[in-house]
Amino acid sequence: MDAILTLAAQNLLSPMILSFALGMAAALARSDLSFPEAVAKGMSLYLLFAIGFKGGVSVSDHGLDGGLLAALTVGVALSAALPFLAFGLLRALTPLPITDAASVAAHYGSISIVTFVTASTVLDAQGIFHEGYMVAVAAAMEAPAILSALWLISRLNGPGAREDRGALLREILLNGSIVLLVGAFLIGWVTGEEGQREIDAFITAPFKGVLCLFLLDMGLVAGRGLRAARQKGAGGDVLAPGVLAFGVLMPLLGAAAGAAAGWALGLSAGGVALLMVLCASASYIAVPAAMRVALPQANPAISLTLALGITFPFNLVLGIPLYLAVANVLIGG
Amino acid sequence: MQMHDAKRVEIMIEAVMERRLTELLEAAEVTGYTILPVSGGSGRSGLWSREGQVSRAGGMIAVVCLIRPERLEKLLETVFEVVDRHIGVVSVSDTKVLRAERF
Repeated sequence: MDAILTLAAQNLLSPMILSFALGMAAALARSDLSFPEAVAKGMSLYLLFAIGFKGGVSVSDHGLDGGLLAALTVGVALSAALPFLAFGLLRALTPLPITDAASVAAHYGSISIVTFVTASTVLDAQGIFHEGYMVAVAAAMEAPAILSALWLISRLNGPGAREDRGALLREILLNGSIVLLVGAFLIGWVTGEEGQREIDAFITAPFKGVLCLFLLDMGLVAGRGLRAARQKGAGGDVLAPGVLAFGVLMPLLGAAAGAAAGWALGLSAGGVALLMVLCASASYIAVPAAMRVALPQANPAISLTLALGITFPFNLVLGIPLYLAVANVLIGG
Repeated sequence: MQMHDAKRVEIMIEAVMERRLTELLEAAEVTGYTILPVSGGSGRSGLWSREGQVSRAGGMIAVVCLIRPERLEKLLETVFEVVDRHIGVVSVSDTKVLRAERF
């Protein structure tokens, strides 16, 4: 318990978490602090490239131990299965309509790459080893949840979407963040240590600083979302107790599934912690866009406020240290 | 200078639907249009802004078409296929153009 509290305190006072808190506080206080859209997108491209590249270099250094394929398969299965758990929990805890519940479920089956990046940074700072291929697992876990949610909707509401499923699938799988993450991972894998030396000054030294600024921006966006939900009810009772409880319970259930899967896969403590983070986090970049195309009748404010305003801060502040402590106990790291 | 009657159709639609809309426009032989970014606004769901956003979800674009009046009905039918289920506003106004052969 002491270890968890120490880790939580260290995490809480890190520049990354404090930057996020600053952004959230500024937005709630109605400050005019903001990042232009192009700057936010530029920072996300940088972070995706850097984390993908470093993951590839790590695989190149340590070699493939056959775990990649198993981890990818388990990751895809978890991403496809978690929306069903999320959907059931939402229907039990909240009065959300089927369409909204399916849309939220897709967000929670998929992953938040920023939470993953932050968790990797925490592990690196503490010198905890984690499998480099977890980046590839993260990319593989983005899309299956969307397909599960669409299947749920078609089963419960009947086929009503006019959307061409083939075009939608192509768009999901070729989503810019997935392409960049996987592409940078492959570049890192192919070029290895030599490649890293060439661009090290760009992808390593500024990384934490850029992550702090990006989290500041995420805090601003999350704070604005919460303020809007509180003022106008645009989130459709997103701040109702049942919905709030889902925002905290679902990451814990997801993390438990990730812990069991990571243990079964024989991952290191760092790898288990990262798989827990992936299962606990909710997408707010790739899935919202796919849901707007495929399920336009779902209220986007509910998913976004939950994923970014409740679950993201929960994972960032309490979740990451908790998952790391559980992984350490489980694996004995 | 000689001016010609035309219709200006402005379609405000979710940014994620941009490619689908423009593909339909081109299929309907409306090959001239301009896409404008929209940085924020207010609608039935309240205020929204693109500041600091990374996802394309939640963003809107404005697609502006200038066409001959007789082509308006077909254009609106085409646009409605996309706008029907999505957030958006379609407005039509009378306008004048200088070179009618271009529309």
